[in-house]
Amino acid sequence: MTAIAARPLYLRRFPGRTTLVVGLTVVGLMLLAALAAPLIAPYDPVFQDGTARLVAPSAAHPFGTDNFGRDVFSRVIWAARVDLQIAFLGVVFPLVIGTTIGTVAGYFGGVVDAVFMRIVDVVLAFPYLVLIIAIIAILGPGLKSFYIALALVGWVSYARLIRSQILILKSADFVLAARSLGYSHSRIMFRHLLPNALISSIVFAMSDMVLVLLGGASISFLGLGVQPPTAEWGIMVAEGQGFITQALWMTMFPGLAILLLSFGFSLIADGLGEWLGVKE
Amino acid sequence: MKKPALLVVDDLSVEFTQRGGAPFGLGRRSLAAVNHVTLELRAGEALGIVGESGSGKSTLGRAILGLERASGGAVTFDGMRVSGGARADMERLRRETAMVFQDPYGALNPRMTAAQAIAEVLVVHRKVPTADIPARVDELLTLVGLRPELGARRPASLSGGQCQRVGVARALAVDPRLIIADECVAALDVSIQGQIINLFMELRESMELGLIFIAHDLAIVRRLCDRVAVMYLGRIVEEGPTEDVFRSPRHPYTASLISAIPEIDPDMVLAPHLLAGDPPSPMRLPEGCTFHPRCPKAQDICRSGQPPSERRSTGRRWTCILDTKTPANEPMEVS
Repeated sequence: MTAIAARPLYLRRFPGRTTLVVGLTVVGLMLLAALAAPLIAPYDPVFQDGTARLVAPSAAHPFGTDNFGRDVFSRVIWAARVDLQIAFLGVVFPLVIGTTIGTVAGYFGGVVDAVFMRIVDVVLAFPYLVLIIAIIAILGPGLKSFYIALALVGWVSYARLIRSQILILKSADFVLAARSLGYSHSRIMFRHLLPNALISSIVFAMSDMVLVLLGGASISFLGLGVQPPTAEWGIMVAEGQGFITQALWMTMFPGLAILLLSFGFSLIADGLGEWLGVKE
Repeated sequence: MKKPALLVVDDLSVEFTQRGGAPFGLGRRSLAAVNHVTLELRAGEALGIVGESGSGKSTLGRAILGLERASGGAVTFDGMRVSGGARADMERLRRETAMVFQDPYGALNPRMTAAQAIAEVLVVHRKVPTADIPARVDELLTLVGLRPELGARRPASLSGGQCQRVGVARALAVDPRLIIADECVAALDVSIQGQIINLFMELRESMELGLIFIAHDLAIVRRLCDRVAVMYLGRIVEEGPTEDVFRSPRHPYTASLISAIPEIDPDMVLAPHLLAGDPPSPMRLPEGCTFHPRCPKAQDICRSGQPPSERRSTGRRWTCILDTKTPANEPMEVS
């Protein structure tokens, strides 16, 4: 028993391990590529070579070049920095806000709960992307607006998820024990309830990263997110669509990058869920 | 010499309301989980509360500690009324009382190690200077018979008995004068039960600890408790010194419970009139004595009118109308 427990986690077998390891590898490699972009990318991502426009993939340009003569491979690598940031920040704010609200609403119940849950209902009544686009339209295009819009809209899923967990947990004996020992409400909520309720949210956050990533790409595609000439996969796909018959590589490679990163996050979410026994 | 009462429960009631089908609270029904209960506990005394599941004994325990809202009556702890809910009084109650629970795993936060759970009490109640906390945690673990190394473990890697000891250590970290133990050994193996019971007996003597021991296991109560109170459908139907009650129960319900205690001796035949059926729904209490539908001695007089009033004789009380030897509510000497 102790011998098994003493083995490091990566040597132990647990359900979902393979899925988790593959997912972590994919995301890890992309993170590594993003961090090492200046070392890996052969060209400056915004350097325009007028003599080499729409060049097909070759040894000099593995993913070809775009209509401005920029190296697609270098742009895909540099764009990973932007897109990983979108996936991360786009999930962190809603997670923190939604978790806090959900915990408070579930713990206190009554009027507090009713008010917050009606707000959740209102937000959920609108289509996700439409609401985000509307908020960005009000705030003005750019990544900052995108994060604010995500925070305003995305928290509701986390709030609901956490609230349902808190409702189950709050009748547990250890919560009653905490009350009988005179612990404060905030201690009970954030030291006792939340750590036990958070797992399902973390798993959900991983699959949410996929949605946010695709959402960010869509927003940039529509010209509301990252602005050109910054390299970002969504923009690259948007820019390439006019040339899709002549230069498929302009859209294909950034598209594949989105697919691969989403795939990685999905695998992590599934693996974590299977390991920790969380059903979505 | 009589010690002053540590805890006085005076006419305490707890009602639960069940939402009706109609809006605006129409059709709402309420049930009395605890029904006008009066109790007294002295420092260093152990009181057992027994009864079937659903008799309200757990609710009573929680209501005493203010974890359940009382709908009537009063709880006085060490001369201070605590059921009013004044903040300062509640804080004092929290600093001097603790609870031990039935499910040894469920009562501990699965994400905290044993040492963290105990240390948290010391931090919140500022029991010892921060620097002394690890030492005090080890001391408490040793006191309940655990090796201090086990403090580093989470509940999942401790056994049920070990978890229960951690729960007791956490309760003791408060330096309580009163512990309410709610079915605290029911989920444990018999051998572990014995160890926990012995632990409580030692602590009670060495620390002058008042103990309310809620259980359905009468044998354990007999071993541990000075007095015993028998609950049926939210009411105390009999109360008195443990040995007296066990030797000569006055209420037929108590008698049935005692005759249902399984004996080790294979030649012993269990009493013929074991309790049949389940208690009636507390939503619709029977008229008259609430026990009459199951009572082996029930007569017409039991089936109507008000529930029987309390009869007393030295140190004992019970609520059964059939005992004609003792007039209701008048003390009578019994040799």
